[in-house]
Amino acid sequence: MYAFEYFRPTTLAEAAQLLASNPEAKLLAGGQTYIPTLKQRLAKPSAVIDLGRIAELRGIHEEAGGLTIGAMTRHAEVASSPLVKRVIPALAALAEGIGDPQVRNRGTLGGSIANNDPAADYPAAVLGLGATVRTSKGRAIAADDFFTGMFETALEPDEIVTAVHFPKPEKAAYAKFPNPASRYAIVGVFVAKTASGVRVAVTGAAPCVFRATAIEQALEQVWSEASIDGVTIDPTNLNSDIHAQADYRAHLVKVMAKRALRAAG
Amino acid sequence: MAEKGIGARVPRKEDLRFITGRGHYTDDINLPGQAYAVFVRSPHAHARIKRIDKASALSMPGVLAVLDGQDVAADKLGNLVCGWLVKSKDGSPMKMGKHPLLAQEKVRYVGDRVAVVVAETYHQAKDAAEKLVVEYEELPAVVDLAKAHDSSVLVHDEIPNNLCYDWELGDKAAVDAAFAKAHHVTRAEFVNNRLVPNALEPRAAIGHWDPGQDAYTLHMTSQNPHVHRLVISAFIGIAPEHKLRVVAPDVGGGFGSKIFIYGEECVVLWASKKIGGRPVKWTAERSESFITDAHGRDHVTTAELALDAEGRFLALRVNTKANLGAYMSTFSSCIPTYLYATLLAGQYKTPAIYCNVRAYYTNTVPVDAYRGAGRPEASFLLETLVDQAAIEMRMDPADIRRKNFIPKDAFPYQTPVALVYDTGDYATVFEEALRIADYNGFPARRAESEKRGKLRGIGLSCYIEACGIAPSAVVGSLGAGVGLWESAKVRFTHTGKVQVLTGTHTHGQGHETTFAQLVADKLGVPFEDVEVIHGDTDKTPVGMGTYGSRSLAVGGEAIVKACEKIIAKGKKIAAHLLEASEADIEFKDGKFTVAGTDRSKTIGEVVFAAYVPHNYPAGLEPGMEETAFFDPPNFTFPAGTYVCEVEVDPQTGEVDIVRFVAVDDFGNVVNPMIVEGQVHGGLVQGIGQALLEGVRYDDSGQLLTGSYMDYCMPRASDVPFFEVVTSRGTPAVANSLGVKGCGEAGAIGAPAAVINAIRNAIGVRVEMPATPERVWRAIQQSPMLKAAE
Ligand SMILES: Cc1cc2nc3c(=O)[nH]c(=O)nc-3n(C[C@H](O)[C@H](O)[C@H](O)COP(=O)(O)OP(=O)(O)OC[C@H]3O[C@@H](n4cnc5c(N)ncnc54)[C@H](O)[C@@H]3O)c2cc1C
Repeated sequence: MYAFEYFRPTTLAEAAQLLASNPEAKLLAGGQTYIPTLKQRLAKPSAVIDLGRIAELRGIHEEAGGLTIGAMTRHAEVASSPLVKRVIPALAALAEGIGDPQVRNRGTLGGSIANNDPAADYPAAVLGLGATVRTSKGRAIAADDFFTGMFETALEPDEIVTAVHFPKPEKAAYAKFPNPASRYAIVGVFVAKTASGVRVAVTGAAPCVFRATAIEQALEQVWSEASIDGVTIDPTNLNSDIHAQADYRAHLVKVMAKRALRAAG
Repeated sequence: MAEKGIGARVPRKEDLRFITGRGHYTDDINLPGQAYAVFVRSPHAHARIKRIDKASALSMPGVLAVLDGQDVAADKLGNLVCGWLVKSKDGSPMKMGKHPLLAQEKVRYVGDRVAVVVAETYHQAKDAAEKLVVEYEELPAVVDLAKAHDSSVLVHDEIPNNLCYDWELGDKAAVDAAFAKAHHVTRAEFVNNRLVPNALEPRAAIGHWDPGQDAYTLHMTSQNPHVHRLVISAFIGIAPEHKLRVVAPDVGGGFGSKIFIYGEECVVLWASKKIGGRPVKWTAERSESFITDAHGRDHVTTAELALDAEGRFLALRVNTKANLGAYMSTFSSCIPTYLYATLLAGQYKTPAIYCNVRAYYTNTVPVDAYRGAGRPEASFLLETLVDQAAIEMRMDPADIRRKNFIPKDAFPYQTPVALVYDTGDYATVFEEALRIADYNGFPARRAESEKRGKLRGIGLSCYIEACGIAPSAVVGSLGAGVGLWESAKVRFTHTGKVQVLTGTHTHGQGHETTFAQLVADKLGVPFEDVEVIHGDTDKTPVGMGTYGSRSLAVGGEAIVKACEKIIAKGKKIAAHLLEASEADIEFKDGKFTVAGTDRSKTIGEVVFAAYVPHNYPAGLEPGMEETAFFDPPNFTFPAGTYVCEVEVDPQTGEVDIVRFVAVDDFGNVVNPMIVEGQVHGGLVQGIGQALLEGVRYDDSGQLLTGSYMDYCMPRASDVPFFEVVTSRGTPAVANSLGVKGCGEAGAIGAPAAVINAIRNAIGVRVEMPATPERVWRAIQQSPMLKAAE
């Protein structure tokens, strides 16, 4: 780790102000990605602003029939929340499947989506449920506009994710094929039937989470596994790496979509 | 006494400190005035070092020294060596490329040590290491073992074709003749995947030169502190042997990787003197472990088995290419030769076997012994080949094995590949394993799985291994540079307590418990009164250390011999105290008794007399402390049958191990609980090799699997509850305890059982690691599944 200044603000306003006045500063949530990055000397921030003491960034509550979850809410809190299990059980199940207990006890919703790792699980839920990302700049960014590329989002450098609002779907489920080493998704598919139609979000398979529109259209016609069988997933733009080749990932997208569909009922 | 003696399930003495975080590892030790070392490593797989400019690193805060290969050369330090001379079939010696402590002229793998920076703090050393200017001229790299022989790239400029040796074992003419008249020949190619050892505790060392005494102390993670002392003194030349103390405190696992003499530990010892005698500490980061701890396995093999019409094995022919990596590690030469080809008979009476091994250099991390070392490679190819032969000849894999086992009455059995097996009863162990696994009931279970859309398979593996390394004269005649005896000292105190000093080293095996049980049993003292001391060359007698499942079979027997000397001396003292003739004294359960009377002295009384010799035999030395060395007359040969049952998901290729039965013949067992634990650990590592683990390099020699995000270690949820039976022993002959060794068995036998089970499920043998993707692809190609459709 290189030396840096360390701040631990207790209010969002203070954090936003610190971030705006330190152009080389970075935010720290649960540190699950950022601490290893620092330890491997892959980042050299002037300052680290720890969001851990900001109460207003934490918590889960019902809003407009759906859920609003604070950016600093830990995966383990979402996984075990009776409220989440009641309103959007697919979200609790997804959080339960992230990494291992240590990671779930530290990792946060905000950190996950701000980082936008191509193999992370939460982006699939945010996109699959058509959620809205709220920020310190008062913006409410639609999921469809939020994830812009590999490790890239619509956030501005001095913008902080404050919460995510998830509308309640009619039904939804997530199925993931984990990388046996890291437990990140080799392929994860979130399937939801929402007020605005069927949404299918795929993570792990490509450089950035995306909507599988072909599957969406097929399910829009008939909500059944057979509909998915009829879809062809083009491997051209999918990832090939030591863990899986693109054609295998394309195959897994369908298998996971069917599993999610079955779980959603 | 028997309640904590030989055969008892005594909980491990060491567990309390380990599970409460009170172990004392090298990194826990901080010596006054200690400085920190950070190594600068090659980012290239192959490059010429054009220039090193130390100026900016030296000017960084806190820096005490920056040392590189030129400093090593200027101080005339010796090169790292391989301690086992293997000769090619033409009689020429293996070609050992120079392996300096810090690279000179060239770097040969990503991670090769280029320089060391020593500073007041760890972070200062890290900062300065980044400032070291090293100019490289990048060279093309040879990474792929299969192509090493005809590559235009030479890892060591002076070694043609990158060939270290071209070695053979067995009667080639007899094998060729047998193949000529065979009814059937089964042929296959195998890749034995490269593994990273991944001991829980990374390597660490603190070197200290004491200017007052001109003496050196090296605290380090070692499986064999005396071997480290010997090599660092005799070959590297840092300190004379009597002025060097090597201490290996608690060590968190080794699996072979802490046997070897690496550059880092030598460098910190040398660096301590260079900075005037302050201790210098180095602890590997996990990412450093991946690129510096010697890797394991990495063979490419073609094997052929000749059979007669009834499925009897006539001959075996094996051609193997073994990857040495960029340099020869300490024992790297003997792993793919004498610890590999000699095991190719397995449990079978195959009359003729020939094996050719060519070992090549590549621009990768050096390869050496890793749990099983050579024997897993042999066992895997033989057991998967035998299965393939059964399939091709339309025989049950169980029946083909039954037909070929060495029968119980054939021992001692001379194999065609040099070894003489002492004892064994393979058929009995085999039938027991099949009975426990309900082999005959498998078709019903397969049908049940099919109903759930799963493909079920069952796989057998009958492994053998040679442990208790080794008779010194035998290994000497094969090229070993050292003897492989073991030592022990048993010391009583005035108050009748016992210290056992052993030349072996425990780093997870539980010697502190097993050896205490042994001594409690032999001397009739309470288990709690026995303390086992190891890992310090200034305390214990010279020993050869722990590897190759040798500690009990060789080191334990040395303890027995020392106990016998104690008893012999005790009889003289007891005879004097009891006014009887020495010949009439019997020793049993801690008591010296005049035969046929009730007159006796306890061992405590006798020991007290030895230390307070007021009334004592004339001419007898006082004191009660005996040392013994034991050189075994033969190896020991643990063997067993493993039965693995898997369910494969045809949609994804995922493999779920639903059942695993292991029946092992370890001879006699001192602590069944510890032995079962060793089997569990070995099985998990074997399953890791079969399903999850595998090193991948890219074409330029960059390690792609350099962290746990990409290199998959088995977790508890990846393995089933094992059913382990270790009570089917035929006692070993080479030691009076009748013990064989159990540390490696699981890792040796498991891979073939898993891969055979997958083949049984899907009809195709999948290369290791059998990842879901590989299994899924194999399913797409499987003629068996196509036929079933
Ligand atoms: C071993 C391991 C296994 C894992 N497995 C999985 C898995 O299976 N599935 C999965 O989805 N994830 C997985 N993860 C990722 C983990 O769950 C975290 O979501 C992720 O690492 C982010 O961690 P964090 O919340 O601690 O954020 P940090 O690491 O603290 O921050 C990550 C990045 O986000 C920025 N950031 C953090 N919070 C905010 C905010 N509120 N606004 C703006 N920017 C912010 C930080 O500046 C930083 O750049 C795994 C991680 C590890 C270490």
